[in-house]
Amino acid sequence: MRLSLLEKLLAARAEGRPVALVTDLATGLQSLVHEKVVEGDFGVTAEESEAIANLLATEASALVGDSHFVQSFTPSPRLVLVGAVHIAQAVIPMAQALGYAVTVIDPRQAFATPERFPGIALSTDWPDTALEALQPDSRTAIVTLTHDPKLDDPALSAALKSDAFYIGALGSRKTHARRLQRLTEAGFTEADHQRIQGPVGLAIGAKTQAEIALSILAQITAMRRLGKASL
Amino acid sequence: MVLDPEDVLTRAAAWAKAGDGVALATVIATWGSSPRPAGSHLAIAADGRFIGSVSGGCVEGSVIEQGIEAIADGEPRLLTFGVSDEAAWSVGLACGGTVKIYVERIEV
Repeated sequence: MRLSLLEKLLAARAEGRPVALVTDLATGLQSLVHEKVVEGDFGVTAEESEAIANLLATEASALVGDSHFVQSFTPSPRLVLVGAVHIAQAVIPMAQALGYAVTVIDPRQAFATPERFPGIALSTDWPDTALEALQPDSRTAIVTLTHDPKLDDPALSAALKSDAFYIGALGSRKTHARRLQRLTEAGFTEADHQRIQGPVGLAIGAKTQAEIALSILAQITAMRRLGKASL
Repeated sequence: MVLDPEDVLTRAAAWAKAGDGVALATVIATWGSSPRPAGSHLAIAADGRFIGSVSGGCVEGSVIEQGIEAIADGEPRLLTFGVSDEAAWSVGLACGGTVKIYVERIEV
């Protein structure tokens, strides 16, 4: 592989753009297939282009035809935590080990400090404003952790208007019922309610902060890999 | 922090830019229970330094050797490792299986 092509691949990845590297195993020739542009030694047929799009969508790498190896490079999935609270500190290292790029939103500046969250992207904007800026997509999970309707409600409203593949809200059944009531009053429907996992997390009997973090990330994983929030 | 395959590419590019000969090994296909999925990387420097994994075991030794040769002659290689269940443990493919690996030089 030419270093120049490798650097273009790394640049696309750094910018969070999906890209496929296609290698002709017979000749060693290579091309990069971006969303709209193909650059490198050869072009791709419409048929190959479709196969490549499918592989990128499923984050998979495989042989296409006899000798074209397609390698998918997709941006990290994102996890947005609303609430720079203690449980967030348990969720973050696990989420990072699972490959998520984590952002924490909390307008309470005493909570969202770099001392408490070293190296983590922090936003002290109001949750709806912060989420709109982050533009959650179908590779983004959002979890509210504050227990405070003033913060959780605007976050959930913004989350429901996005394509986020997972929305979770920490809180008891009672808290969640009241939350859904408020969302109904704000004009959200039953279908919207169904998108919110509350009480958050897979039912594994989690007790400690770390166990709750595990149950949340297990549920996010199930949603991402199986398309369902319970087993 | 787990090293993901992407870190391997960053390191490979850094080595190449620093003037070292570098080869990149990529898992193309697996059959049976190979531990590393297609797309997994191992980067090899001419002096034998390496980063990443293509099998999680002793196949690495052979791949590193082939990588060093690819750095020397510039020829890409397609390697296939297959082992019976009985022999699997000794070469580090935990439960048997076959793995196909493409080895190429990074051209500066």
